[in-house]
Formats: sequence, structure tokens, C-alpha cells
Amino acid sequence: MRWVLVVVIVFATVMADLLQSFEMKRAGEQSVSAKGFARLLQTIAERRLLFLGVLCNAVSFFGFMALVQREPLSFAVPASSASFVLETLLAKFVLHEKIGVRRAAGTAIVLVGVVLVGG
Amino acid sequence: MTAATTRQASAIKTVGVLLLFLGLKAGGNSFMAWGMKHVPERVSMNPVLYIHAMANPVVALGVFALALSLLTRMALFSLADLSFVLPVTAIGYVFAVLIGKLFLAETVSGQRWMGTALIFLGAVLVGTTRRNTTGSENTGSENNAR
Repeated sequence: MRWVLVVVIVFATVMADLLQSFEMKRAGEQSVSAKGFARLLQTIAERRLLFLGVLCNAVSFFGFMALVQREPLSFAVPASSASFVLETLLAKFVLHEKIGVRRAAGTAIVLVGVVLVGG
Repeated sequence: MTAATTRQASAIKTVGVLLLFLGLKAGGNSFMAWGMKHVPERVSMNPVLYIHAMANPVVALGVFALALSLLTRMALFSLADLSFVLPVTAIGYVFAVLIGKLFLAETVSGQRWMGTALIFLGAVLVGTTRRNTTGSENTGSENNAR
């Protein structure tokens, strides 16, 4: 059961971030004033993939809640950080982001840190 | 504005949006954690129980802050790559450990300090790379035309 939850969480997190990153780059630079937030809400309502991404956020949130009720955080945090690796790979191959040596090294260091903090 | 000053303004904006996101997330999580301890029922997979929990004003405030943090993160996605946002927002773990240590008097193990230091180091390293490596350089034009 716990691995089913991990798979659901990782899949939902990856989809949420990929869809949101893709759509927000297309929508252009956003701001975080009150007006900016209103515009963001409108953008979510207008773009189907973005709305789907937000739904995936909800799935991942409730999945994580269910996981931490059953398992200790020291399992839940490192297990769900699998999404981190997967997302970085997909950012490169699906979103065509350029990940140089410095960004790759920094990301790997952060990942080790996240596992240490959770473990 | 010249291209250089536009880029610089955009960099400052990105840092501002990042800090706002981290603040909203940390604040939202703290309110949620504090509020949920004072909610009588145990929440489970049943969504109705979450709605009940939101009757608690502290929980509601937490949910509001977390919802804003989600929108702020989306604004961050409009400014920077996914592979930039992910490691840089991991700084939130560093904040969580520091808040726990300074305000909640939690004991932090050596392993956790080590992890925290690595997250900080890695995030700073990623922070020095180019934020937006995809597509058009004219993402700001929509904004300027407004």
C-alpha cells in the first residue's frame, strides 16, 4: 500500500510541475501583486492543462497527507523526493531546458541534502 | 530600459517572488501544523473531515497562505526553468530546520545539519546559473506592452 501511495504522489507531483512550468512559460512573466494573483487565477481558469496541473497538486497533497499518517516522515520525505530526479530529467528531455554541469551538480547536492534531512 | 537593466530587474523580481513563496509556504505550514493539533478529529482520506478542520480559523489561515504560495510558485515558473525552481525552492528545508531550532527549540541532529548545509550549497550553485534557458527572450514584452 505504501508504495502505491509513493507512486501516486510522485506521478501527480511530476505532472503538476511539468504542466505548470510549460503553461506558465507560455503565459509570459507574471507578477505577485493582488492584481497579479487575480490574473493568475483567471489564467488557471482559461488554460485546461494548467487547471489539470493544479488538480494534480491536490492529488499529490492528499496523497502525501495519507502517506505521513501511515509512515514516518523519514520514509515519506526521501521516497517522495524521487519526483525531484524524474522532474529534472523530464525538464531536460520534454521541456528542453539546458542543464549545464553547474546546475546538474547543484541539483545532485540538493538531492543528497534532502535525503539526509528526511532520513 | 536597456537589455542589461531589464535582465537585472527580472533577476531581482525572481528573488523577490522566491522569497515571497518561501515565506508563504513556511507560514502556511506552521499555521496548519499548529491549527491541526487543536482540531479534535483525526483527518484521513475523507475530504469532509478536511472541510470540518477548516472551520478552525488558524487552519483556514494556513490553507489561505498555502493557496497563495501555490500561485506564487506558478508566477516563479513564468520567470525561471523548472530545473532552476526545484533545487532553489529546496531552501525551504533550510528555513524549516532553522525555524524549528530557533523558535520551537527542537534538537537538530548532526545528519540534519549536514543535509541542511548541502541543500543551501546546492541551491546557491543552481542559483548562479541562467534562470531561463528555453524559448524566447521576449517573455517580458507582454508585460512592457501593458
